[in-house]
Amino acid sequence: MASRTQTISLTVDGVRYTDDVEPRLLLVQYLREVLGKTGTVVGCDTTNCGACTVLVDGRGIKSCTMLAVEADGHEVTTIEGLSANGELHPLQRAFNTCHALQCGFCTPGMIMQSASLLADNPDPSEEEVRHGLEGNLCRCTGYQNIVAAVRQAAAETAGHASSPASGSEATQ
Amino acid sequence: MTIMEERQAEIGRPRPRKEDARLITGRSRYTDNITLPGMLHLAMVRSPLARARITGIDTSAAASAPGVVQVLTGADLAAEQGSMPNAWPITPEQKTPPHPAVAVDTVNFAGEIVAVVIARSAAAARDASELIDVDYEDLPVVTDLATAARDEEVIHPDLGTNRSATWVFDSAQAGTGGDVEEALANSEVVIERTFTQQRLIPAFMEPRSTVVDPTGEQITMWSATQIPHVLRVMLALTLGVPESKLRVIAPDVGGGFGGKLQVTPEEVITLLAARRVGKPCKYTETRSETMMGAHHGRDQLQTLRLGANRDGTVTGLDVRLLADMGAYLGLITSGIPILGAFMYNGIYKFSAYRFECTNVFTNKVWTDAYRGAGRPEATFAIERMMDELATELGMDPIEVRRKNWIAHEEFPFTTVASLEYDSGNYEAATDKALELFDYEGLRAEQRRRRESGDPVQLGIGVSTFTEMCGLAPSRVLGALDYGAGGWEYAQVRVLPTGNVEVVTGVSPHGQGHVTAWSQIVADRLGVPFENVEVLYGDTQVAQRGMDTYGSRSLAVGGMAVVAATDKVVEKAKQVAAHMLEAATEDIEFSGGQFSVRGTDQGVSFNDVALATFAAHDLPDGFEPSLDSDATFDPENFSFPHGTHLAAMEVDTETGQVRVHKYVCVDDVGHVINPLIVDGQVHGGLAQGIAQALFEEAIYDESGTLLTGSFTEYLVPSAPDLPEFTVDRTYTPATTNVLGVKGVGEAGTIASTPAIVNGILDAIRHLGVEDVPMPCSPSRVWNAIQQARTSGQQAPEPEVAP
Amino acid sequence: MRPVAFDYIRPDSVEEAWQALADDDDATVLGGGQSLIPVLRFRLAAPTTLVDLGAIEALKQIREDGEDLVIGAMATHHAVAHDPLVRAHASVLAQAAASVADPQIRYRGTVGGALAHADPAGDIAPAALALDATVEITGPDGTRTVPARDFFEDYFTTDLQPGELLSALRVPKHTGWGMHYEKFSPAAQSWAIVAVAAAVRTEDGTVAEARLGMANMGAVPLRAPAAEQALAGRPTHGPATGEAAARAGEDTDPPSDLGGTPEYRRHLAGVLAGRAVQTACGAAGAVEG
Repeated sequence: MASRTQTISLTVDGVRYTDDVEPRLLLVQYLREVLGKTGTVVGCDTTNCGACTVLVDGRGIKSCTMLAVEADGHEVTTIEGLSANGELHPLQRAFNTCHALQCGFCTPGMIMQSASLLADNPDPSEEEVRHGLEGNLCRCTGYQNIVAAVRQAAAETAGHASSPASGSEATQ
Repeated sequence: MTIMEERQAEIGRPRPRKEDARLITGRSRYTDNITLPGMLHLAMVRSPLARARITGIDTSAAASAPGVVQVLTGADLAAEQGSMPNAWPITPEQKTPPHPAVAVDTVNFAGEIVAVVIARSAAAARDASELIDVDYEDLPVVTDLATAARDEEVIHPDLGTNRSATWVFDSAQAGTGGDVEEALANSEVVIERTFTQQRLIPAFMEPRSTVVDPTGEQITMWSATQIPHVLRVMLALTLGVPESKLRVIAPDVGGGFGGKLQVTPEEVITLLAARRVGKPCKYTETRSETMMGAHHGRDQLQTLRLGANRDGTVTGLDVRLLADMGAYLGLITSGIPILGAFMYNGIYKFSAYRFECTNVFTNKVWTDAYRGAGRPEATFAIERMMDELATELGMDPIEVRRKNWIAHEEFPFTTVASLEYDSGNYEAATDKALELFDYEGLRAEQRRRRESGDPVQLGIGVSTFTEMCGLAPSRVLGALDYGAGGWEYAQVRVLPTGNVEVVTGVSPHGQGHVTAWSQIVADRLGVPFENVEVLYGDTQVAQRGMDTYGSRSLAVGGMAVVAATDKVVEKAKQVAAHMLEAATEDIEFSGGQFSVRGTDQGVSFNDVALATFAAHDLPDGFEPSLDSDATFDPENFSFPHGTHLAAMEVDTETGQVRVHKYVCVDDVGHVINPLIVDGQVHGGLAQGIAQALFEEAIYDESGTLLTGSFTEYLVPSAPDLPEFTVDRTYTPATTNVLGVKGVGEAGTIASTPAIVNGILDAIRHLGVEDVPMPCSPSRVWNAIQQARTSGQQAPEPEVAP
Repeated sequence: MRPVAFDYIRPDSVEEAWQALADDDDATVLGGGQSLIPVLRFRLAAPTTLVDLGAIEALKQIREDGEDLVIGAMATHHAVAHDPLVRAHASVLAQAAASVADPQIRYRGTVGGALAHADPAGDIAPAALALDATVEITGPDGTRTVPARDFFEDYFTTDLQPGELLSALRVPKHTGWGMHYEKFSPAAQSWAIVAVAAAVRTEDGTVAEARLGMANMGAVPLRAPAAEQALAGRPTHGPATGEAAARAGEDTDPPSDLGGTPEYRRHLAGVLAGRAVQTACGAAGAVEG
């Protein structure tokens, strides 16, 4: 049965979009297929892997388990909207300097969920980071450097005065 | 022109990766991200039955559904799809069943593709796939390995047996040792054990995806593969497409671990579909399809007999394997157990060894490479057996190993399995690991908990491993009947500004080759790290290559880069000599500067690059290019080793197991980038620990995969794993000038037996002799219950370990 | 990953939701979607209309009502886990909500959705049982309340009738009680093999009253009457509570699956109940002084 499309208006990475979508379209499919925001990826079909995590109104959610129509009127932030004015987000910098990614496929979800975690808890312990990321699977890193990166970003954000030169070895 | 100040060496420096920039900002280029004009989408119809005859397929409703362009069945493709390739017939008599990409007459595992829908959108393809009506006639299903080996029901009747091949190595016949039966007969102790290497799912995070564009002069395929070069030649051979008309690109690939070391039905189907409709086609699988349709790993039954004398000296080892192939032979399915054949002796120097493996078909998806591929199975077996021997003799597990391992002054050492280990220092790695671990302190803690009857018991697991890396010397592969060589290719191109482009034949998918190759080239050419660009993963860019697997990329591919770089320097010296009006033999090259020996005269690498580009004034007959390429064929494998120690807590009331402490000291030779090497170790440990504790692909008797999603197949998440203590010793490989060995599989190979040995060490005093993997809470609890009810308390060892 | 097509309605009020459900016999209620959307993606269900309760603000509230807390059906697990009222008067529910799945799911998933989905391994129901909570159900014919222990009828089956909405969970305040949720799962992401929620009232160092709610010990979430009775009157310190709680698995018929056998589950229920009660007694003792 073909269903009626519905008009949704939402903000994604700071830009307002209005689109007609099928109600069955998942938010992640809207981001990837309608907006071309392929930075957010799909790793499973059971809401386990967390690769598709984005922020909705500042909170990490799995965009494979939310309909695009449910996001109507809300504000979505993806990995593509995390850095501002060409400046990497502290989490992005820390993931690089701590070697917290290998194949990179889980990385968008890991970074976005880490952002959500730090919004709730700006100074998490190692254990709190591990539990905060329990909805995100990584097959490459064994999580050790991811945990280190989140804590480094937290420390950097807390001591905001730290000089940008500390990331001098970071990717150009 | 003077010598520049000494620059900091790049090799050994913990450089954050160049690759990360696009991956941390969402500018990734995974195959599923590709959209081409007019692109169509595929959906697969997969058999729900594990073995059946296809008696009819009605595609009419699907063909007329909205958005559908075409529907294809096995009958439609029978004339052109050929048979999926097996590149490693391990014996001349190996039985290899035909393996159509789309099943034609019969299906032999649940998940096998029976029809394909091509439609304008992924949703339309999926909707229409539900309208395809397939009639099946059930056939008897065989899922159990041992049952299949008895041939009571033959899965491929034309083959006459479920036994694909039997492969034997016998040290008496090979001249590398004695007769194992004789050795066991003369041993004071013979230990016999059977271990199950459960079936695992590689579970790379990126589901496989393929895009094929047939609209140009060539057919271009993007695929989530580890092996674009191998894929290209195998597609050409399988489908009869001229190789020159095929271009294969592996863009960003989201993990592989051997799981993408395959030529897949889905790739063949996407190519055939695109060619038929003359439009670009994309197929991206769901995770459920990955779980049921992409190859699995491990799945062996191991029966071992180890002989030893009472002083702990091992005298011989007999290994008998049944290896589950699944329903078909994939690219190197049949050879995976053989890769383990050379590793059952581990780091030990006993003198009689026999290995026999029989490959058997079952109605499950086929097995093939998964991280370590044969070597984890072997290492698990020997390291478990060494602990069993220690228990039997009442010796400390470290002492038993010391008694038998190859001493560092004995290298190079030819093993009973015929390999020549070039270097190693097991003593140094073990001593360092014991110190970091606080072995004595943890033994005291273990005694304390035992004496107080603490419900949470503590055990210490030891694993001292080696592996063969750097696959592989082409001659050796030839001797093993593998269908290709093991060399690797590189090209170094010097741009007019002195920037350097490196083309590599390996195909990185997370390993950090771009960064590591940049470090190698930066040091060897004296150019800045940032000025090196590494190109790969496209058969039109990297025209030759053997791709990435088997911890080969650095030891083989990195050496090809070195060889090509050396050729650049040799050419550049001629130009520099001409510019400096000196003899080429008098030119020295260091830190990016060419200088005349004994003088302060010099020119920079950039000067030479520009002069070569301009070509106004070059030596007579000099071809105006510094570009060079090289193909490196290793003379030997490399042999990383290490000592891994796991302190395991077992809650005897619930069976819950926890890693209390994990220390590993690996020796991977020289390290190009410690940040990357540590990362490889961490990830490897996670996968090896996952085999020990969490993961198992389970089929029911009807051949349905019960662990078909991440809800049932337990890939560990962050809270399930501990913080690892990772350290190294440095014993360079002597068979390559970089002195490198390989690190991709080390953690996976070493950790599984360390974990299981630790669990058993915690509960052996309760009478538990073994816990099958994965050591889930229920299995651990069951083992404790059984031991308690059988009332057999293990005798106290004379010397408490 | 592509559900069968459906229509989508997002009413602003409960009344409009009733109407939408009445208009289509094959309509389904969408709460947080964390169980329903996976089902739709796999095409295990194909409703023709989804009625999304996400815009009905009244259903999201957590409030006091005399001696009860009223937790709106659309309150998320995250909200429940962090709500000061819940933490003060029904802490085991906050603890259970905090252990649902993972943080992302807890931001979307709702208490009402979890109860209506009725997975016997779910975390919310054991806490609701231990707290003697009731489920509020509204429909065009009015509102009715059902004790949580009677709400669940079978695997994924509840007392909810077509056209009705689960509107709230009503929880009596358990001020001063000791509580604890003990969840046992093989990996962090996994559903519980067994979980036990304990609520204990102590008097003078003995258990005056104990209630245990258990997940995954049968087709529906269960209480543990034998253990509860045995606990009454036991001293809160020492091994007595553990011995009594060990009876939690009695007279249950738990499932056999990849997580374990029925025998293992019955054993685990006893162990976990003992641990939950001991921790709960400790908390209650701290309140008692």
